[in-house]
Amino acid sequence: MPDSQLEHAQTLIKLGQPEENTWALSRIDDALPRARPVIVPLSLWLEHSSDGELAPWLPSDTELTGDLAKSLTHAPLIAIDFPAFTDGRGYTLARLLRERHGYQGEIRAIGDVLVDQLYYMSRCGFDALALREDQHLDDALRALGAFSVSYQPGVDVKEALFERRLRESGRS
Amino acid sequence: MYRYDTYDQTLVDERVAQFRDQMDRYLAGRLGEDEFRPLRLQNGLYIQKHAPMLRIAIPYGMLSSQQLRALAAITRRYDRGYGHFSTRQNLQLNWPALEDVPDILGELAKVQMHAIQTSGNCIRNTTSDQFSGIAKDEIEDPRPWCELIRQWSTLHPEFAYLPRKFKIAVSGAKQDRAAIQVHDIGLRLWHDDNGELKVKVLAGGGLGRTPMIGDVVREDLPWQHLLTYLEACVRVYNQFGRRDNKFKARIKILVKALGIDEYRRRVEAEWAHLKDGPQTLTHAAVDAARAHFPEPERRPVPEQAIEVFDRLRADNRAFARFVTNNVTDHKVPGYKAVTLSLKRREHAPGDVTADQMEAVADLADQYSFGEIRVTHEQNLVLSDVPVDQLEALWQELDSLGMANPTVGTLNDIICCPGGDYCSLANAVSIPIAQALQERFENLDFLYDLGPLDLNISGCMNACGHHHVGHIGILGVDKKGEEYYQVSLGGNSTDDASLGKILGPSFYREDVPDVIEKVLQVYVEQRHDDERFLDTYRRIGLKPFKERVYA
Ligand code: HEM
Ligand code: SF4
Repeated sequence: MPDSQLEHAQTLIKLGQPEENTWALSRIDDALPRARPVIVPLSLWLEHSSDGELAPWLPSDTELTGDLAKSLTHAPLIAIDFPAFTDGRGYTLARLLRERHGYQGEIRAIGDVLVDQLYYMSRCGFDALALREDQHLDDALRALGAFSVSYQPGVDVKEALFERRLRESGRS
Repeated sequence: MYRYDTYDQTLVDERVAQFRDQMDRYLAGRLGEDEFRPLRLQNGLYIQKHAPMLRIAIPYGMLSSQQLRALAAITRRYDRGYGHFSTRQNLQLNWPALEDVPDILGELAKVQMHAIQTSGNCIRNTTSDQFSGIAKDEIEDPRPWCELIRQWSTLHPEFAYLPRKFKIAVSGAKQDRAAIQVHDIGLRLWHDDNGELKVKVLAGGGLGRTPMIGDVVREDLPWQHLLTYLEACVRVYNQFGRRDNKFKARIKILVKALGIDEYRRRVEAEWAHLKDGPQTLTHAAVDAARAHFPEPERRPVPEQAIEVFDRLRADNRAFARFVTNNVTDHKVPGYKAVTLSLKRREHAPGDVTADQMEAVADLADQYSFGEIRVTHEQNLVLSDVPVDQLEALWQELDSLGMANPTVGTLNDIICCPGGDYCSLANAVSIPIAQALQERFENLDFLYDLGPLDLNISGCMNACGHHHVGHIGILGVDKKGEEYYQVSLGGNSTDDASLGKILGPSFYREDVPDVIEKVLQVYVEQRHDDERFLDTYRRIGLKPFKERVYA
């Protein structure tokens, strides 16, 4: 496949900081691009997963079975696609990868990734955010830090606020 | 009532700052219309026929007098001096200016209020029984549980982009006054034979264009697991709910498509992983939530005052009427809960002026420990009035025009904003309510009819709950003309049911006559004290149909 069809995110935020993006992205299902490193559709990656410079991206409707999660453990990074920013399935996928299947590598949000989703994404276990092209980096960095407190535990905070309150008041 | 600590306050303050930033970017053209929409909706701001509307959360219906005064001030400063109490225990402002909304949210935050998740495809304001904590038939006060759910669902990072909106209601009494069977999730708190608190979990109820009664997911969930179980229920919905068609995206469609057994299987499989996780509730956590809802310091009411009250009730017909319909028994002898009617012909059902809000706040301070509750029937409640002050309160309410002794009667209509305000409407609804209130204003007739829910929606989105009115009226559009469809036999409480359509729809002018005929059939056919609903259930649709279409 011609590498001219590859996408290459310009604005990447990794662990809360801007970072140069080295990974290209291919959305073509049936041909492996030449470029490396490159993120390819899950089905293609599963056929070539021994290539350490390939990483999978998961469509939002992926059903994360135990077997699939197991094969994903050695992926150098896992991208989760947001076909539309209103599609909230990717948040659940990221949490399941982190909290249920213990995936430690990078989880990257790709697709319709907008400034105002980043805070929730980071709470669900995304540590790399490939912003949609028209998004402003300074807005994004500000939005990530919008809240200093949360009620629920997430991938970032392990304790529910009700537990923290009890702990701090010496009642737990 | 729940009071914020520094964490709650920080969170709402940061939310206001976040929205201000989003609004600035929107006004500066850096945030597109489509991208701004879910952000503003999840802050209660939606754009309607005439203007933006702002929906303010009143969590499980509890308001302090201080908050009500602040709401009055907001409606004066930023709106037209009135607000609208909705059927989901929210307050709607009909005329705020878009660019003022961050300031309004800032004013709300000062009195521990917000508009978070009152709209949009997320978990909405949790609703409950307006008589929580004081009802005679209460098993468990639902308010601490509602507050725990409020906190769990507020800015939940995984569930901000659900397929569709998601509404949870909680009841803790023998009688369900929170319509839990027509919510996405309905929760019922009950005690098993050993006195252990259990939660019955229903899913898949809802009104709208495909009305459904919820199915039981779990009969006896131990209370410790409430939040983890809810998380599993919503997670399964988030993953598998339909996203291709907005009208098929509610959880009710998923539950119906999978069947309740398969939905339950998926929830239980998910929950197996979440169970005993960090959101598992402990006695200490629940006690801390309960500590926010202490019993008020009620003074003992002398025996003799109760006798005086009973005598007044026997002697004064107007007072007796008020007591029969607007006063509810209290778990503490000598106390009563009083419902303030927001149904008057001059106003849309649920509308309150700023002056009235302030007057009610004063009454709450004077008669009921400074607290007010908002009901899903669009009325207000003062929950703790000593009987020796009832007469004085009644007179004050009368002078405010809020003593209409018609709560629970045909006149206590639930009605959506309809064609006067709403761009989705097929037909107007408020003028129908007004015409019916005018036709049936004879109090003796209203009492004689007894409890009767009449609900009106201006289109099949069913904001006015017409499916669960004993009598339901729905605006329909036929070739650009407004018509009204009448249904009978709906009910939102324990034995919930959906109304059946009487037959072909009617012209607007004919609606009062049609309803009158329906009522005649009831009056002729009822046995003794039989309620309208029970008569209907006994004799069926046919006699009504024959009379109306004769
Ligand atoms: C004025 C503009 C309004 C618009 C455009 C509007 C729109 C809608 C729509 C589209 C639905 C159906 C959603 C669905 O089925 O998924 C709905 C449901 C509902 N609305 Fe409204 N609404 C408006 C005002 C109100 C008001 C003022 C109230 C309260 C009195 C209200 C209460 C409800 C309730 C309780 C439902 C839920 C029915 C259910 O799905 O269980 N709405 N609304
Ligand atoms: S029922 Fe229809 S007309 Fe009435 S408020 Fe809802 S959407 Fe508007």
